[in-house]
Amino acid sequence: MAKTALIIDDSASMRLMVAHTLTSAGFTVLQASNGQEGLDKLSGQRVEVIITDLNMPAMDGLEFIRQLRTRPPYKFTPVLVLTTEASSAMVQAGKAAGATGWLVKPFNPEQVLKVLAKVLP
Amino acid sequence: MPVAEIDLSIFRSTFFDEALEHVADIEAALLELEENQGDRELLNRIFRGAHSIKGGSGTFGLNDVTCFTHALESLLDPLRDGTMQLDETLADLLFRSTDVLQELLVAARAGTATGPGSEAVLAELRAAVHGPVSAVAVPARVSRAPKPAALCEYRISFVPHAEIFMQGMDPVLLLRNLCALGDASQLVLEESGLPELRELDPERCYLRWSLRLRTDKSALEVADVFAFVEDASQIEIEEIGAPRVEAASAPRGPAVPPSTLRVSTDKLDRLVNLVGELVIAQSMITQSLRDPSGASIARLEEAAVEMERNTRELQDLVMSVRMVPMGSVFNRFPRLARDLALQCNKRIQLELEGGETEIDKGVIEQLADPLTHLIRNAIDHGLETPEERIAAGKSEIGTIQLSAYHQGGSVIVDVRDDGRGLNAERIHQKATAVGLVRPGDKLSEEQIHALIFEPGFSTASSVTDLSGRGVGMDVVRRNIDALNGSIALTSQQGKGTRLRIRLPLTLAILEGLSLRVGDQVFVLPLLSIVESFRPTHEQLRSVLGRGEIVLVRNEAIPLVRLYEVLGIVPEATDPRLALVVIVETGATKIGLLVDELLGQGQVVVKSLEAHYRKVEGVMGATILGDGKVALILDAEGLGRRALNATRPAPLPNRPIPRAEGHVPSPSAERSSVWSSAQH
Repeated sequence: MAKTALIIDDSASMRLMVAHTLTSAGFTVLQASNGQEGLDKLSGQRVEVIITDLNMPAMDGLEFIRQLRTRPPYKFTPVLVLTTEASSAMVQAGKAAGATGWLVKPFNPEQVLKVLAKVLP
Repeated sequence: MPVAEIDLSIFRSTFFDEALEHVADIEAALLELEENQGDRELLNRIFRGAHSIKGGSGTFGLNDVTCFTHALESLLDPLRDGTMQLDETLADLLFRSTDVLQELLVAARAGTATGPGSEAVLAELRAAVHGPVSAVAVPARVSRAPKPAALCEYRISFVPHAEIFMQGMDPVLLLRNLCALGDASQLVLEESGLPELRELDPERCYLRWSLRLRTDKSALEVADVFAFVEDASQIEIEEIGAPRVEAASAPRGPAVPPSTLRVSTDKLDRLVNLVGELVIAQSMITQSLRDPSGASIARLEEAAVEMERNTRELQDLVMSVRMVPMGSVFNRFPRLARDLALQCNKRIQLELEGGETEIDKGVIEQLADPLTHLIRNAIDHGLETPEERIAAGKSEIGTIQLSAYHQGGSVIVDVRDDGRGLNAERIHQKATAVGLVRPGDKLSEEQIHALIFEPGFSTASSVTDLSGRGVGMDVVRRNIDALNGSIALTSQQGKGTRLRIRLPLTLAILEGLSLRVGDQVFVLPLLSIVESFRPTHEQLRSVLGRGEIVLVRNEAIPLVRLYEVLGIVPEATDPRLALVVIVETGATKIGLLVDELLGQGQVVVKSLEAHYRKVEGVMGATILGDGKVALILDAEGLGRRALNATRPAPLPNRPIPRAEGHVPSPSAERSSVWSSAQH
């Protein structure tokens, strides 16, 4: 059965690119344009991995991860942050919130797939 | 999981579309920011736009865009957290930055070089943040170059932190990833940390591992497995070995992007459904034909009706796919208004309305220029300075209203200002001076206003400031005509001016009236038709040196015998036995003499230019229901062609004093082709 991934990014083109990369790799893809929408999209839906941007309107990536980790089905779901932020303070904040991995944009499909392979069984 | 070859170049065009939308949004937010100084949410919006562009640009190797947005972000950051205040200089710099950003994006999309201006603004941005000399490091692609390594062995000890599960990470996966690097051996699980069962929190990790790994990877690559857990967990890697060479892969070049359009999936789904229904109807027809009995004729009819309905729906839907909201053009005007207002020291309020009105993408692209021109004119010439306005008893802020809405089968765009209005007297004088009007000609105010659309008039630049309208109105009209639209002007001196543009929803399909001249069928765009009637003897006049006219409610309209212009043998040469169709193009009306009106309907426009060449008076061709080709007439071109033959220059229609005893009674003869919705 295909694995399901949730992609959260406010940039539609970024979402499309990540989605394209993931569907090419055999994933079923859900998309959301901000954290709140991401949480709404989940609502009980089984997902194996989540890739999220940080800087988004309505609910940013960190807040999304924090809230995600309070929801039992997603407590342990791998969450990769895909962002232009590379400062160690930000990465620390991400880890503290519960991020599993950190990918720095520019988006590189091969890199994303490599990291995905690492966090998925 | 195999790492597939992913080609992202297909998203280039989506990226550019989106990036340009972001630029427009940044600009809109900057404009709003001028009203709401220091609004944090607006600054965030601007930042996010720049941030998104930066995020995507790197993927496509657009280094100058990445570099520029990075510099822009660096300036926005202190503005966002309040350590820097937005003043006029900075606001101006931000506005110019959006220009540069747009320029960079457009150039990158087209693959052309940008002017030197971007470098200067980039330097200004950096200077604004860091002071004049410092250079900002470009965010580099984070890559750990693999150190070439020979086969060697590592002893690894891994003590995960207790919270590792809550980070979405499974230590077993890390071990698996580690083992994938080479041959693992002596894997030992240390479980001494496990508490009593009742004290055990299943969400915490109490285990630790140690192993030996024989691999050709460097210690750095081995450590990379733990990259995201290394600081909280305890990891020790002991190494014995030496480097070896690895090959690097070359990046691919991007492809040239085609023009694209975003369509909602909802519309696409409906399209697919409709096509499905068409296929069903089609198979019904095929089946009925295979078995020609009485019952199948009924089914055939039913299928044909169904198919007709589906086809019409399909046509509407496909057309709607090409529709984009007017807002995409409107949005550029607040900035234009702001800049122009500053330039000419005027205070302006631009009101936009109906930005959600949808219109064909092709139309909107060609509408941008004439609309820009009209707004520029309204600001430059239409509106007075604050002092003049106060003196005239008006509010010192001039208002320009730009609105769009649907009316019947067309879209109306109104450009209204509350400025000084046209000075009819001056226009009349000027028109007389340049020979557009004969001295002594009496013209109605409407006709005088229409003069500004004449090529001979609007190129006379010296009148611009007097008339309250700038040059190039003839160009505007030509642009609108090219879209099968029309433009009309009403103005009241001292009160303001309104320009009304009427546009067809699409260029591909046209609502037309088919008519017959001799044995030929032609189509006239319905949008240009005012009325049609059979003229009486009293309505027809011959004016020496000016050809024939037909009188309609006291208005003298030049009569064009279509058969003469087109070189066809007509059914009737006597107008009283034929029909006159009054068409309106821009400011002028002409009457076309035709034999018969056949009916109205939608026709698909095929370009004549693309297949043959441009012919004045013909805007294209179409294929009729019976398979014949009919030319679609362009009323304006026809008028020009016919009138130029008899007159040196196109003249507005002259009002004729009411002739004694001859009161034309239009109601009796008039058979309007307008449906009420189009009036």
